[in-house]
Amino acid sequence: MIPKLEVKGVSCSYHRMEGETLALSHIEFTMNPGEFLAIAGPSGCGKSTLLSLICGLLSPDQGKILLDGKEVTRPGAGGRIGYMLQKDHLFEWRSILSNACLGPELSGSLTSERKEEIAGMLSDYGLGAFLHSRPSELSGGMRQRAALIRTLALKPDLLLLDEPFSALDYQTRLSVSDDISTIIRSANKTAILVTHDLSEAISIADRVLVLTKRPGQVKAIVPIRFESEKGRTASPLERRNLPEFAGYFNQLWKEIQTHE
Amino acid sequence: MSSAQREFLVRQSRHRLVVRSGRILLFLLFLILWEITAKLHLIDSFIFSSPSLILSCLWSMSVDGSLFYHTGVTLWETLLSFFLVIVISLGTALLLWSNKTLFEVIEPFLVMLNSLPKSALAPILIVWLGNRTRTIVVAAVSVALFGAILTLYTGFSQINSDKVKLIYSLGGSKKDVLLKVLLPASIPLIISNMKVNAGLCLVGVIIGEFLSSKAGLGFLIIYSSQVFQMTLMVTSIVILCGVSVLIYQGITLLEKRLSAN
Repeated sequence: MIPKLEVKGVSCSYHRMEGETLALSHIEFTMNPGEFLAIAGPSGCGKSTLLSLICGLLSPDQGKILLDGKEVTRPGAGGRIGYMLQKDHLFEWRSILSNACLGPELSGSLTSERKEEIAGMLSDYGLGAFLHSRPSELSGGMRQRAALIRTLALKPDLLLLDEPFSALDYQTRLSVSDDISTIIRSANKTAILVTHDLSEAISIADRVLVLTKRPGQVKAIVPIRFESEKGRTASPLERRNLPEFAGYFNQLWKEIQTHE
Repeated sequence: MSSAQREFLVRQSRHRLVVRSGRILLFLLFLILWEITAKLHLIDSFIFSSPSLILSCLWSMSVDGSLFYHTGVTLWETLLSFFLVIVISLGTALLLWSNKTLFEVIEPFLVMLNSLPKSALAPILIVWLGNRTRTIVVAAVSVALFGAILTLYTGFSQINSDKVKLIYSLGGSKKDVLLKVLLPASIPLIISNMKVNAGLCLVGVIIGEFLSSKAGLGFLIIYSSQVFQMTLMVTSIVILCGVSVLIYQGITLLEKRLSAN
């Protein structure tokens, strides 16, 4: 089986007048289709840079990134990679529906059926009454769900989530991460979530990749497994109450701490 | 409705009434004082004119049509230069946005031209372009243009970079960034810039008419000072006030239309 994503010895540095900063050094990992990977690490470790590289918005100085065995040549790989940013960045001058249709609109594939399909997705996730509302009329959690639908509208099979919950308050954050996890798992998408919140990473992912401080290197990749029958299908919120949760938290906490 | 809310509403409407009637009273007081002091020869109405003289001047000017002629000339020149400023400044700011190196090259020249007092250019423009309408329009454009370009460019370059990243990640091009993000996000900036520019264009037109023209409100002001007809001069200034209010209200109306859509 060809892996969904292969990141092979990727390094990337920033260039400034004051000198060169190595942001990422020899990053290496592989993802199978349908897998959910969380990337955790201290702030400034190059987590977002890694996502920009995978999405094709930046190109690595060294190494290769392969999607389905082929190199990514243009940003978003023709809609096969969806990138969700930290803030929703919904355009205030557009309705929610028109915001969600942005991807197909840009690629010129927005038909009236496609539009109806996207409206259906919005309705499925509780935004049916807000299709023609302005973003400012929605709560933070609703906006973030609308932003996810916008990302999903191009039907990507790899999703990149750059701290999508960090701008939300704690309660909204728990419920939105539940929603988003359900959406992604039911559609059987491959996803990478970048976060600095370890408990969020454990609650949502199949594996957690820990990056070191700058220059970011892979410190450890920890598989998250819940033994009980209930554990394997648990939602992020339910996972937080399972017996293994605390153990994983302590293990990852140590991984993050030890290199300092 | 609770009695406290009702009381609040009554207080608010009373407050608005006080402000509105205060404005009218202040204006009337000014006119009455002016008229009375002129009538009692406390001030010389030959030099300071008076409200009744201005009214009769306005009347005779509208009877012989000169009111509409001169106002029309000034208004036309202002609108033409305003239109040119909008088009040229938007075009240039977009060009500079798409080519940052070009901006860095011409930035010091733009800053210099912007801070140069444009009235100093008017005499040279008369020599170069002759004593005609186009000189006035060029003078008016030069007053507003450079500041407009700088303001628009600064606004364009402050567009949130993550919004741009979003467009690229969805497979969009630079053209999409321009049409889907930059222009829609800049509409409030463009409107506020228009408000400033309309005023500046009027300033430029009057400067131009002072120096080279045979018609327009600026010409009337200069002409009446040369023949020492102070009432005509003050009347022209009164009309000018009306013109500037008219232009400002026009743009406010446009703003309301755009924000309603």
